[in-house]
Amino acid sequence: MTEHHIKLPEGSIEKTTTTLNLGPTHPATHGVFQNILELDGERIVSAEQTVGYIHRAFEKIAERRPLYQITPLTDRLNYCSAPLNNMGWHLSCEKLLGIKTPKRVDYLRVIIMELARISDHLICNSIVGVDAGAYTGFLYVMQYRELIYEIYEEVCGSRLTTNIGRIGGFERNFNDIAFQKLEKFLREYPDVLKEFENLFQRNRIFMERTIGTGAISAERALNYGFTGPNLRATGVDYDVRVQSPYCSYEDFDFLIPVGTTGDNYDRWLVRNQEMWQSLRIIEQAYQKVQEFKGADAEVYHADVPEYYLPPKEDVYTKMEALIWHFKIIMGEVAMPAGEVYHSIEAANGELGFYLISDGGRTPYRLHFRRPCFIYYQAYEELTKGSMLSDAIITMSSLNLIAGEMDA
Amino acid sequence: MALTNDIVKQKLTEKFGEQVTNFIEPYGLLTFEAPKELNLKVLNFLYDDEELKFRFLTDLCAVHYPDQKGRELAVVYHLHNMQDNIRVRFKVVTDINQPDVYTATGLFSSANWMERETYDFFGVNFIGHPNLKRILNVDEMEYFPLRKEYPLEDQVRIDKDDEMFGRG
Repeated sequence: MTEHHIKLPEGSIEKTTTTLNLGPTHPATHGVFQNILELDGERIVSAEQTVGYIHRAFEKIAERRPLYQITPLTDRLNYCSAPLNNMGWHLSCEKLLGIKTPKRVDYLRVIIMELARISDHLICNSIVGVDAGAYTGFLYVMQYRELIYEIYEEVCGSRLTTNIGRIGGFERNFNDIAFQKLEKFLREYPDVLKEFENLFQRNRIFMERTIGTGAISAERALNYGFTGPNLRATGVDYDVRVQSPYCSYEDFDFLIPVGTTGDNYDRWLVRNQEMWQSLRIIEQAYQKVQEFKGADAEVYHADVPEYYLPPKEDVYTKMEALIWHFKIIMGEVAMPAGEVYHSIEAANGELGFYLISDGGRTPYRLHFRRPCFIYYQAYEELTKGSMLSDAIITMSSLNLIAGEMDA
Repeated sequence: MALTNDIVKQKLTEKFGEQVTNFIEPYGLLTFEAPKELNLKVLNFLYDDEELKFRFLTDLCAVHYPDQKGRELAVVYHLHNMQDNIRVRFKVVTDINQPDVYTATGLFSSANWMERETYDFFGVNFIGHPNLKRILNVDEMEYFPLRKEYPLEDQVRIDKDDEMFGRG
């Protein structure tokens, strides 16, 4: 009869801790993460993270694809700010191919990138609120993320996985509606952000939940390879936009907010301040874009027919455009041999592209430096000894995106 | 004085002599190679030296070159000196039949998962790694999928040469 009894694992009766599987499909993890937590009451004794649930082998797939077909893969890394990944990829390709983009293209890109940064930080910060029990802010700011998505829609036609832009510039010039929506955003968003800030920043419940939880020192953060807002919250003013400017970021005047303690509250504050700075950058960029008049205002891509897909109407009417269109679409354009590492300041850290070309038509090897993947290792150190409910907030305030982590 | 590629190169040559080789600067990024037994010595030197201070491991990955006999796998470290804002790319190469490389986890906590990922996809065996097991792929997998012997279907056509279309 004994074999019908439930067999308990060896030593499980004597064990004083509880093992809890948090995830992979838990509503509080905002994505497919699994954490095997060892709990003593409500305190975390140890945590083991399992990743890879949505691994899609992008690095392998990219080895058989021409450059323009890799852009949609990058969408699916950090899907909260897909345009940033797209732009990072275009910039990496341009570096390899030696393409210099016109200033107007750079400024338009900056507008899109900073909008993406705002939408990403909005999600992250409001989710931190949700996990602390404040749902209102999240619902309130969704409206303005929607407005950002509408701007993407005017530029590229899609919203979440945008595939925005091309190597060398944009697929089309920004239309009037895009600019009107941008103006509306610039006009209305500061008040919204202010109100969002008021909901949280000095909110006693929120402060008590976040101050001192999930903290990390600057030294440990650097050792763990932290970048982006998570590193800046510890007090290190490292920002790729300033350290190695790309896409004409050197033309803009903005500040790098830093924290001191590296806890959840500081991470929230840094993201919040970054949104204000992004607004400043967008305002400046929009002003600069408006200064282009006449023919200059029609420039929206570099003159690189080998890599830039020609406009569709030209494909139907012009021989040259048809040939290039065909060559590009069929993946018949070889790229120069070389090795390039290019990184941009994505919404959650330094997003790097390590691209090796052997002179063929597809990359020989492509490696994504995904900031999430690198700093998620620190999760155990961040949560050890804290309460389970704080670990949930820590997870969302790190801005972990499963798609980026698993590539 | 700000650190430049030349100074880094000079200091490395002073310290390691002929053992550090293949200095190139593709797109301005100093790249060099060392024997795989020396990888920790070089990383430690780059980390500890008062002037060099490469204390941030940006990226760690591997590349497979099946045509280079005896040097099939290259492990690539991207290091960053944040104070002087200079990056270097450091490579060690290894035979695919004995892909043993010392782990950098003692120096950089961030190397832990990056090395696991590299092991997962290329089978590089990092000696001394605290927890070297697969990370993104399933544990039961018996091969290392990013190696070149597992090609995907070719999407770009090279059967149709340019010359046939008068574009050669």
